Amino acid sequence: MTSSTNYETLATAYPEAINPNRRKQMMWLGGFFGLIGYFAYIWVAFDISGAFARASMDRATLLALDSYAYKHHVELSLRTGEVMVNLEGNRRAAFDEFPDWVVADDGFTSVDMGQGYRAELALGFMRIYRDGALIVETAPGPDGPLLQSEALGWMKVAPNKIEGRPDSYVRFIVTKSKITLQRYTTGWENFWFDNGSPLHGTSIWAAIGLTISGEQVDPTQSNLSLVSSEIWGNQEWQHGQVWYAMLITILMAFCGTVLAAITALPLSFMAANNINPMWFLRGAVKRVFDFLRGVDALIWSLIFIRAFGLGPLSGILALWFTDTGTFGKLFSEAIENADKKQIEGVSSAGAGAVQSTWFGVVPQILPVLISQTLYFLESNTRSATVIGMLGAGGIGLKLADAMRTGQDWENTMYIISLIIAVVIIMDNFSGWLRTRLIKGQEKSAL
Amino acid sequence: MSETLATANMAAQYEIMERRRRVYTGLLLILLLVMLIGGVRIAEEANSGSILSGLPKILDYPSDILSQAYTRGWGFWLIPFEVQHADNGIQHTYFYYLIETINMAVVATIFGFAFGAVISILASRNLVKNQMIVWVTRRFTDISRAFPEIVIALFLIFIFGKNPIAAVAAIAFHTTGALSKMFSEVNENADMKAWEGLEASGASWIQKIWFGIIPQVWPNWISYGLLRFEINVRASAILGFVGAGGLGQQFKTFVDWKFGADIASIILILILTIVTIDILSTWARRRFIGKVAH
Repeated sequence: MTSSTNYETLATAYPEAINPNRRKQMMWLGGFFGLIGYFAYIWVAFDISGAFARASMDRATLLALDSYAYKHHVELSLRTGEVMVNLEGNRRAAFDEFPDWVVADDGFTSVDMGQGYRAELALGFMRIYRDGALIVETAPGPDGPLLQSEALGWMKVAPNKIEGRPDSYVRFIVTKSKITLQRYTTGWENFWFDNGSPLHGTSIWAAIGLTISGEQVDPTQSNLSLVSSEIWGNQEWQHGQVWYAMLITILMAFCGTVLAAITALPLSFMAANNINPMWFLRGAVKRVFDFLRGVDALIWSLIFIRAFGLGPLSGILALWFTDTGTFGKLFSEAIENADKKQIEGVSSAGAGAVQSTWFGVVPQILPVLISQTLYFLESNTRSATVIGMLGAGGIGLKLADAMRTGQDWENTMYIISLIIAVVIIMDNFSGWLRTRLIKGQEKSAL
Repeated sequence: MSETLATANMAAQYEIMERRRRVYTGLLLILLLVMLIGGVRIAEEANSGSILSGLPKILDYPSDILSQAYTRGWGFWLIPFEVQHADNGIQHTYFYYLIETINMAVVATIFGFAFGAVISILASRNLVKNQMIVWVTRRFTDISRAFPEIVIALFLIFIFGKNPIAAVAAIAFHTTGALSKMFSEVNENADMKAWEGLEASGASWIQKIWFGIIPQVWPNWISYGLLRFEINVRASAILGFVGAGGLGQQFKTFVDWKFGADIASIILILILTIVTIDILSTWARRRFIGKVAH
């Protein structure tokens, strides 16, 4: 047989492998252009170009910067001539003793702004130097500050306000009544100990060292309890409250999921067509599942918050109702897909209806049951965050509060990081437990 | 004689193991029950109302809404066709907003599917030689899966204003993570014979993926993608609630205004939509992978 006849026999045997399929090609092409057309429609319908035009990117950069950096404010009141240094503009977090980068001397203040910038403040002027060269100078005028130097592109000059950001870490704002300098530093300030704490300024390593050895800081309690209570009670980061809220969220997810699984199991037997011969009951239970699932957790939480008030109990009930619907559907499908042979085998050995279900069906659906429940435990941690945000409490509410105040984005970032860490841990834990409990059978799941 | 002894011994052993298993299962169930009761009690304490005080009021909200809907009479059924005023002065009916919500889910699912498909290949141990790449992509998918959608949506609303983009980007990000994990599990279960055959005939890495793996895995990919689409429709409705547009945003407005008839109408539309999409996607999934795989 020569190679050409070989090719011809193959070509007649498998025409589709050799000849391109026209219909298939046209389908691909049609699908491709359909997709492009759809995206064009979406571009117009969602007003994407308009949204990008209106987007405030400086807001985005500010937000990003503020989530990993903090700033000190240096304020000079032009009415009283008083100089104040504080954290994030919070008057309660003012420094009694100025940090070494602020030198105040008889009505003249020199501030090392970092990044090669230096500022000089006095009642009569504000000067900003970059690497020793004067770049900005303002003087007070009758209606507001007056710019004495050349106006640069990055400055915003208005009759009552002059502000500028020569570097993302350096900012100044001059108004009629005060001059504010903002000096950014990378990191999360006072993460372990807040301003009011006796351990303020101590690093965490030094604090751990104190708990192991070292002099007793507070004579009334041991160093360990002092350090832990100071961290836990940190006013700025609220570690205690945040972690408690996280616990409440996990609790919501756990209780909601387990209650739903327990409720859905008997109901799903009623909905399975190989168990329950009464079609109207089957249909009714299935419609109940659809209803529970279709009314989303969000709507359920609205209903329960109205009845039980704000809090995690309403969240648990909302998750319970929604997931009963989802579990009911999944479990009853698993029961319907169960192998008949095992049921027949058990009943041929003389088992009754209950026994043949217990020994014939339950062992088959158990892996699906466990793996789905564990999977939902993880995904419900996220759902609990969402409904918590809408009033059920827990970490979601904390996050919503932190975002709403909009000042301290590092707090928001902290809470988000915590949520992500917990969800990843839950994910890995449930995966580990799943493989431990059902050893290699999990592939039958879903 | 010794054989019967061995059997008896085995039976006794089995009996012991069975008993131990029962004890463990029982203990596990008791532990679960204790955690459940304890959890509910903690939750009840943290709640502003208690179970007993709330139970009689459980039907308050539904009956409130339904009675308002009832007073509208037959007009209730016309609410979806009535024109609503949007923030920007443009007027639309509920169907417009419903389509916006569904479109949000569709676009997010398409992007999530496309990115998820590419990333899943990089996250499959059997398809990538450099295990460093696998590790890094897997951690990325872990993080993108764990990010609550609502957080990204709120950030983007902060930047872009109230616009569906926020919801689409947030859902697409989460979908990418979720799908790439599921896809990579499918990829790792793929039969490697086709791959080896292509390798022997000198195919490049992309050719091996395209001709050796994709034909095996795509029906499962589509099936998971459809399942995800169902989830995303709900997600886009919820994100509308925080201001990302669509039916959810309308819903939020009427919940705040306590317009019972409109609330009932939107809930009805949402349920019908979700159930319809459920049925359609179940049908489509059956078509794509046949009844065998499920």
